[in-house]
Amino acid sequence: MAAIFSGAPPQGGPGYSFNQTPRTAPSGLRQHHGFYPYTDNGGSTLGISGADFTILAGDTRSTSGYNINTRYAPKLFKIGGEGPDNKNARIVLSVVGFAADGDALKERLDTIVKMYKYQHGKEMSVAACAQRLSHILYNKRFFPYYVHAILGGLDEEGRGALYSYDPVGSYEREQCRAAGAAASLIMPFLDNQVNFKNQYEPGSGTGHDLQAKVAAPLPRDTVEELVRDAFTSAVERHIEVGDGLQMMIITRDGIQETLTPLKQD
Amino acid sequence: MNHLPQAWGRPRDDVYGAYDHSHFQTQLPNQHTQSPIVTGTSVVAAKFKDGVVIAADNLASYGSLARFTDVKRLRKFNDEVVVGFGGDVSDMQYLDRLLNSLDIRENYSNNENPLHAKNLHTYLAKVMYKRRSDFDPLWNHLLVTGLDGEKKPFLASVDLLGTTFSSPTLATGFGAHLAQPILRRTIPDEDAVANVSQEEAVKLVQECMKVLFYRDARSMDKYSIAVITTSGVELKQDEKLENQSWAFAERIRGYGTQVN
Amino acid sequence: MGGFDFSNHNRNAALHAQGVPLPKATSTGTTIVGCMFDGGVVIAADTRATSGPIVADKNCEKLHYIAPQIWCAGAGTAADTEFTTAIISSNLELHALSTGRKPRVVTCMTMLKQHLFRHQGYIGAYLVVAGVDPTGCHLFTVHAHGSTDKLPYVTMGSGSLAAMSVFETQWRPQLDKDAAVELCSQAILAGIFNDLGSGSNVDVAVITADKTTLMRNYITPNQRVPKQRNYKFPKGTTAVLNEKIITKEDISKYVTVHELEDDSKTATAEVMDVDQ
Repeated sequence: MAAIFSGAPPQGGPGYSFNQTPRTAPSGLRQHHGFYPYTDNGGSTLGISGADFTILAGDTRSTSGYNINTRYAPKLFKIGGEGPDNKNARIVLSVVGFAADGDALKERLDTIVKMYKYQHGKEMSVAACAQRLSHILYNKRFFPYYVHAILGGLDEEGRGALYSYDPVGSYEREQCRAAGAAASLIMPFLDNQVNFKNQYEPGSGTGHDLQAKVAAPLPRDTVEELVRDAFTSAVERHIEVGDGLQMMIITRDGIQETLTPLKQD
Repeated sequence: MNHLPQAWGRPRDDVYGAYDHSHFQTQLPNQHTQSPIVTGTSVVAAKFKDGVVIAADNLASYGSLARFTDVKRLRKFNDEVVVGFGGDVSDMQYLDRLLNSLDIRENYSNNENPLHAKNLHTYLAKVMYKRRSDFDPLWNHLLVTGLDGEKKPFLASVDLLGTTFSSPTLATGFGAHLAQPILRRTIPDEDAVANVSQEEAVKLVQECMKVLFYRDARSMDKYSIAVITTSGVELKQDEKLENQSWAFAERIRGYGTQVN
Repeated sequence: MGGFDFSNHNRNAALHAQGVPLPKATSTGTTIVGCMFDGGVVIAADTRATSGPIVADKNCEKLHYIAPQIWCAGAGTAADTEFTTAIISSNLELHALSTGRKPRVVTCMTMLKQHLFRHQGYIGAYLVVAGVDPTGCHLFTVHAHGSTDKLPYVTMGSGSLAAMSVFETQWRPQLDKDAAVELCSQAILAGIFNDLGSGSNVDVAVITADKTTLMRNYITPNQRVPKQRNYKFPKGTTAVLNEKIITKEDISKYVTVHELEDDSKTATAEVMDVDQ
């Protein structure tokens, strides 16, 4: 993204620099734009899929710089269903990054899913919705939606389905994913606790014969506890995360939404 | 040996100088408003039990010059919506014209359901987001106040990037730093709104305007204030700050070692 | 000859040009305040230290000792506030010893501003200096570039505006001690809850003619909620490729071994502050 504005390669690589931007102002008449069309509104989201459910969660703080815009700005949105409050929806989108792009993206996807039902007389599947979202994102490849999206629902077999995206539409179905400001804090925790990375079966062998602990879908209450612990811990160590925790649990009975308070400092 | 793979095979900056990007684009891009010129400072607003109160001072600055001292930055849209403008004044006047034409169009087409604050906020958010996406932003930060479709108090903001958020109290610009802490002390969350009367809310916002006058170098002591309730909009545009306290100044002597 | 060592300057400039980023200093994106009252002066600080958006220390101390009756609250680069106050504290002690008088707050303030001015803002220390000396109570702010201010109430750091909003609405002349402590802690709380650079607890120091009272963690409004799950791993969870056992007999050739009274206890020199 940054490439089209500053000529510098994408940030966030392993310590690349040459100072990130050209040292001298580009010569000639072309002046640098004084207007930068993006901002970061902070916050973090995560999603975990289980055998017959998917949980998405996000904090409700919106920031700009060192300021709190509001303590309640949801990052989770129901997609599809009926009417402006998405009754009977079965898909949830979470977006974190630049909130204005997030809202625009949510609105576009919601409209598309609703139009799909209107035109085809059936609900859009999560897999189809996921691919459509990828296309929406890639359509703006050279002026991207500056968001990290996670889409959750139930697949056609009724299993939990979770898809995560980069800002330009690369996507993948996963067991769990953390996104946003505290992603680098939460994701290793999820790898360890959901996919049992770096954990071995005690006494299952010696040296290289030791058996790795096999990941299996976790029960719902365990996952809910993991989500809450992930967020209360992220709040401790990331300044942009806090205020409230919004969770949406998608099961065959519909979407259950909860809001728990987080620390406000 | 350079240990950053991204740098391998590239000419070294310290030997060859930074890469010259000038050949990338020979065509000059369209130049739009790239910075605000004549500006207004903070707008402050707070919800209360049965409405919203909003205030902004009457100063338009030209850089550090206090250029115009009677610029009204609160705009009544109809009997239940007031918009407060921070940022560029010419863009504010453009938005004012836009809202005028919207109002006229609305009044011609129907007068069953007049636009409420939530409608107007959505409209302005789309205008602002469209303009930022065209790289031609309207350099403003707006507060939209009034009543929503259910006649409940409504308060939300839109900025030049199209970012929107809502909160029981809001303040733009310098007010986000100075006024918001004061407002949040009395109205920390949505539940607290029900315990705040109109008089309390007005006093609170006046207090904020006073603190902003003390500490914001681009502010003045003349301001506009509007109260929006179910009984309509009460807009006053020539208020003066009252009961300023300069007691702290009495005992100040110098800045360091000076005693008398 | 004391002072800073600049011998790595050219090497670092070359490394930087090759894309090695500058090291990130721990900064105390902070709220610090000070307020005079009848008979003394109060300073207060929050306890969050940050490195970019990450909280580096949840309960750091930003109130620094200078002299028994002179204390300093620091914002800016953590190392700079730490070392600047330490060196001035040391020099002030020597000065007091050689003059045979109690150190004065103006002396401290002058030493700080001259030290900081000499380094042209490169020492990122933003300080609130407060104290009581034979000439009375004093409260100053010192900026990294060397300018100073003398006011009845002051705030500094990223939360300075949030804190100032409290002073501008609630301060009045001739406060008593308790009112000043209350006012300062309210100002810090405003910073803690409105400024992302500030957080955790409130530290307060009250300095009067006869004593200094440091109230560490005077208010703790941000206690961590207990974790919902237990994250203790069963023994053997971590893969071990290699094992070597060193017996007590072997190790006692090199170090002195003390027996523990209770086998279930582990020996600790100092208890670390961890979440339970």
